[in-house]
Amino acid sequence: MPFILRRLGFYVVAAWVALTVNFFLPRAVPGNAVEAIMSKFPSLQPSAYHALEAMLGVGQAGSIWHQYVSYLDDVLHLNFGISSSEYPAHVSTLLAQTIPWTLALVGTATVIAFFLGTVLGILAGWRHGGWLERLLPALMFLQAIPYFFLALLLLYVLAINVHIFPIGQGYAGGLVPGWHWSFISSAIVHSLLPAFTIVITSVAGWMLQMRNVMITTIGEDYVLAAQAKGLRDRRVIFSYAARNALLPQLQGFGLALGFVVSGAIVMEIVFSYPGIGLLLLNAVTSDDYPLAQAIFLVITFAVLLANLIVDLVIVAVDPRARTREAA
Amino acid sequence: MTTDLGGPVPVPGAGGGRFAGEPVLSIRDLSVAYRTMAGDVRAVDRVSMDLTAGEIVGLVGESGSGKSTLAYGATRLLRAPAVITGGSVQYQGRRMDTPVDVLQLSTAQLAGLRWREIAIVFQSAMNALNPVMSVRNQLTDVIRAHLRLPLREATEKAAGLLDMVGIPRSRLHSYPHELSGGMRQRIMIAMALATDPEVVIMDEPTTALDVVVQREILGQILELKERLGFAILFITHDLSLLLELADRIAVMYAGQLMEIGTAAEIHHEPSHPYTKRLLHSFPALRGPRKELTGIPGTPPDLHSPPPGCPFLPRCTEGTDACSRIEVRLSRVTSSADPEHLTACPFVLPDRPDAAAASASGSGSAVGVRPSTEELTP
Amino acid sequence: MTTALPINVELPALPGAPARQLGRWRRLPLKAKAGVVLLGFFVLIAIIGPLVTPYNPGYQNPNPALSMNAPSAAHLLGTTQSGQDVLSQLLVGIRLTLELALLVGVIATALSVIVGVAAAFLGGIWDELLSLAINVFLVIPALPLLIVLLGYLPYTGQTATILVLAGLGWPWGARVIRAQTLTIRNRDFIAASRESGESSWRIIASEIVPNEVSLIAANFVNTVLYAIGASVALAFVGVTNLSSWSLGTMLYWAESQQALQFGAWWWFVPPGLAVALMGTSLVLLNTGIDELGNPRLRDANQRAKVNGRRLLPTDPTPVLHASLPPERRSPVIAFMRSFSRSAYVSDRAQRLSAAKPSEGER
Repeated sequence: MPFILRRLGFYVVAAWVALTVNFFLPRAVPGNAVEAIMSKFPSLQPSAYHALEAMLGVGQAGSIWHQYVSYLDDVLHLNFGISSSEYPAHVSTLLAQTIPWTLALVGTATVIAFFLGTVLGILAGWRHGGWLERLLPALMFLQAIPYFFLALLLLYVLAINVHIFPIGQGYAGGLVPGWHWSFISSAIVHSLLPAFTIVITSVAGWMLQMRNVMITTIGEDYVLAAQAKGLRDRRVIFSYAARNALLPQLQGFGLALGFVVSGAIVMEIVFSYPGIGLLLLNAVTSDDYPLAQAIFLVITFAVLLANLIVDLVIVAVDPRARTREAA
Repeated sequence: MTTDLGGPVPVPGAGGGRFAGEPVLSIRDLSVAYRTMAGDVRAVDRVSMDLTAGEIVGLVGESGSGKSTLAYGATRLLRAPAVITGGSVQYQGRRMDTPVDVLQLSTAQLAGLRWREIAIVFQSAMNALNPVMSVRNQLTDVIRAHLRLPLREATEKAAGLLDMVGIPRSRLHSYPHELSGGMRQRIMIAMALATDPEVVIMDEPTTALDVVVQREILGQILELKERLGFAILFITHDLSLLLELADRIAVMYAGQLMEIGTAAEIHHEPSHPYTKRLLHSFPALRGPRKELTGIPGTPPDLHSPPPGCPFLPRCTEGTDACSRIEVRLSRVTSSADPEHLTACPFVLPDRPDAAAASASGSGSAVGVRPSTEELTP
Repeated sequence: MTTALPINVELPALPGAPARQLGRWRRLPLKAKAGVVLLGFFVLIAIIGPLVTPYNPGYQNPNPALSMNAPSAAHLLGTTQSGQDVLSQLLVGIRLTLELALLVGVIATALSVIVGVAAAFLGGIWDELLSLAINVFLVIPALPLLIVLLGYLPYTGQTATILVLAGLGWPWGARVIRAQTLTIRNRDFIAASRESGESSWRIIASEIVPNEVSLIAANFVNTVLYAIGASVALAFVGVTNLSSWSLGTMLYWAESQQALQFGAWWWFVPPGLAVALMGTSLVLLNTGIDELGNPRLRDANQRAKVNGRRLLPTDPTPVLHASLPPERRSPVIAFMRSFSRSAYVSDRAQRLSAAKPSEGER
C-alpha cells in the first residue's frame, strides 16, 4: 500500500510538471502568441481574441499566479479552449472524437505485442541457441525501424500494390459512424494494418528484453534449486524463472510506454487514421497552439495513467513490492 | 530401478534391499571438467568416496578445491560449460532393490531421483528460495511432484515439516523476504527433508549465519538426522566445524582427494601435510596460545596442473620426487581406522615410491621453504 | 581407493579443447563486431558522402519528364517530385542525421553522467530532488513534448533541435548511472580511498568513472539511437526546419508529395532503410557491449553441444563417457525436426556411436 501511494504521489507531481510546462510555454515565446495566431487566421472574429486569450491564459487581468490558477481550473473542467484551425470547434470536442480511435488501436496492439514478445522472450531465453537465436539480428533490425517507415512499407506493399488491406482512413468512406456491424467491421479491417505495424516493430523489442532478463534470471540460485528439486522443466522455467523475470520486464514496459505511444501516434499520420496523431499533425502544421498543447497534455496523462496501471500489476505480481517503501 | 512413491518413514538403520553398512552413495573416479575457450579446467580429478546410511561425511577444502563441483556433479546439476568426463556415481537408497548409476540415468529418471533420494541444502537461503513464491507453495510443489499428493494433503505435510524444524505454521503463507536468516535456512532444511531423502548434501549451510544461529541450526540438523536416518554430505571450508560434527572427513585440494578418514583420526593423526596445515590454521578454544600458521601460496592453476602432487609448491615436507609420483590414495597403515586413506607418499614408509622420495635427497625440495617448525597435532 | 593411471602415460586431452589464447578483437562477440562494421560504413558515408554527390541535392530540375523517375543510369536512386536526385539527398541526409545524433549523444551523455554521479554522491535532499526530476522527465512522453516545444520556438534550426533533444534525452542515462554509482560508492574500495584522504573529485575521476565505462558507452549508444529516431520522427511530422536535407525531411516530402500513391518507392525506401540500418548497427553494438559486461549473456551464446544435441540450461550435466539412448523430445519439436536434414544426420550418427563408446563433440 505505501508503494502505491508513493507512486500515485509521483504521478501527480509529474502531471503537475506537465501542466506547468504547458502553462509557461506560450509566455516564453517572444511576441504575443495570440496576435500571431490571429494574423494567421484572418477569418477569425475579433471576439475570438478574447477566447484565445482565455485559453492561452495571456493578457488577462491579474497576476501570473491568478492566471495559473484559472488555467488549472480550466484544465480540471476539461476546458481546453477553442481550436484555431478548426474554429469554432472546442478542443475538447475534437479530442473526444479522436481519442477513442487511438485508444482502441494503440492500446490493443501494444498489449498484444507485449504479451507476444514476452512469451517469445521466455522461450528464447530458455532455449537459447536455437532457431529463435538466429532470428536475433532480424529482430534488432525490426526494432530499429521507425514505426512510420514500416507503415509506409507495409502500406506500399500490402495496400497499394496488392490491395489486401485498405489504403488508409479509419473506415470506408461513406459510412456513417455508429454502433452497427457494417461500420464496426469496416473499422476493424481498417485498423488491421496499423495494428500489424505496431505489433511487428514492438514485439522485437519486448522479446529481446525478456530474453536478456530470462538468461540472467536462469543463472540465479533459486532456479538451480528448482532443478535440484526434480521439478519439471516447464515448471522451473515458468514458475521460477519467468515469474521473477517478469518484474523487470514490466518495469521496462512502463518506461517504454511513452515511446510506444509517441511512435504509434506518428504512424497514424501515414495511415490517415482518425486518431490523435492526425489531429496533432494538423495542429502543428497550422500552428494551432491550443490544440497542440491540449494533445500533449492528454497524451501525457494517458501515459501516466498507464504507468500507474503497470505499477498496480507489479504490486499484484511481486510480493516484495507490497512492503517496499522506496519507489 | 524400482522406487515406491511415499510410504511410512522406515526406522533408521533398517536395511531395505541392501545390508546395513553398505554404502548409500558410492562415487568412483569421478572427473568433472569445465570447457572454456582457453582450454579445459579439471575441477574434479578422479575422486572416489563412499557415504553409508546415516553417516555424516564432511568435505573440506579451500575455495576452488572442487568440493561443491563434486557434490553438484554427482547429481548432474552443473551447468554448461561443465562436463562429466569419467567415473560413476552408484546410488542405492532403502527404497530400491538395485543400485543405479546416476550418471547413466535419463533426464526423466534423474528428475525422479533428485530430491526424493538426494536432496540439497544450499548455502544462501535468501538466494535459493524463490522470492515471489510463498513458503507453502515452495514446499508443496516438491511434495506434489514426487509424492503425487493432492494439494490439501501436501499442505498438511508441509505444515508438519515446519513443525519439525520449529517454525510456526502461520509462516506457511509468508514470503522469503519476510523471514529472518535463521528461519529461511530452517525452511530450506525442511524443504530438503520433504520427501524423506536418503542423502542430504549440505553446501556450506551455516556459513552465512552468525555463530549462535549456526549452533541452533546444526543442533537441529543432528536431531533430524537421528530421527529420520538420512546421510549427510557436509561441504564446508571450516575444518573445525567438521571435527565436532562429522563421522568421517574428506579433504580436497585442487580437485583431488588428499585424505579421508574418521574425524578422530583426522583430528589426532592427520597424515597429509595439507590436512596438518589446515588443522593449524584455526585457534583452539582452550590451551596455550600459539602462533597461527596459515598456508602461504595459492592453489595451482587448474588449466594446466603441474604433474605429481598438486600441493607440492606449498608443502613443507615435500621433495622434488613428489612431482614425479602418481597421486593415488593408499591406506594409512599406522591408523586405527581401516578406511583412513591418504594421497601423500611421504608419510608412508612402506610405499615403494616413498623410498625413492626420501632417497633422492631431503632438504633440496623444489620451491619449498625448509621446515623449521614442529607440526604437532 | 582405485589407482590412477601411471605417471608416464599422458592423460588424453579432452577433445575440442583449444588451448590458444584468442586476440582481443576475435574474442568480441559477433554482434558487436557486426555493429561496429555497419556503423563504420555509415560513418564513412557521412564523412565522404556530401563530397561525392552527383548532383546538388536541392537542385530542382525543371524538366517535367524527370519528375518522380524510377532509378536510372543518370539518377541511381531516382528523382523526387521536383526533379531532385534522391541519392544526393540521401548522402547529405546521412551525414546530417548522424552528425545531429552524435552531438545529441555527447551532450546528453555528459549531462547524464554529471547528474547521475552528482545525485549518487551528494545524497540526501539533493539526491531526492534530482531523482524526482529524472523520473518525472522519464515518464513524460518525449515526442509530444518535443513537438510542442519546437512548435513554439521561433527558430528551429539545427542547434535548437540538438539542444532540445539533448535536454530530453539525458534522464534515462542519469538514472542508470546514478544506480550504478550508488552501488560502487558503497563498496569497500571507495571507503578505503576516503580513509586515505583522497578528495571526492579524485575518487570520482579515478575510481568511479573508470568502473562505469561500459555503462557510459552503452548509455551513449542508446542516446544516439534515441536521437536518430526522435529527429527523424520530428522532421517527418514537419516540426523541424524543412530546408535542411535530413533523412526525416526526405520522408516528410515523400509523404506529403504522395510518393506512396505514385508508387515512387525509391523516394521513401532508401532514407527509411538508412535510418533502420543505422539503428540496427547501434542496437548490435549495444548488445555486444551488454554481453561484454554480463558474462551470463556471453556464456549463453556459446552454444553448448554434446553429441550433436544443443544443451539447454535445464538439462543435466552431460556425461561424456556414457552411452545414453536418444532422449524423447516434445512432439512439436520432433515434428519440426523431421524436416531437417542435419537433424537426421546427427541422430543417425548418434545411433551409430551408441553402439561403441565414444566421446562427444564440442
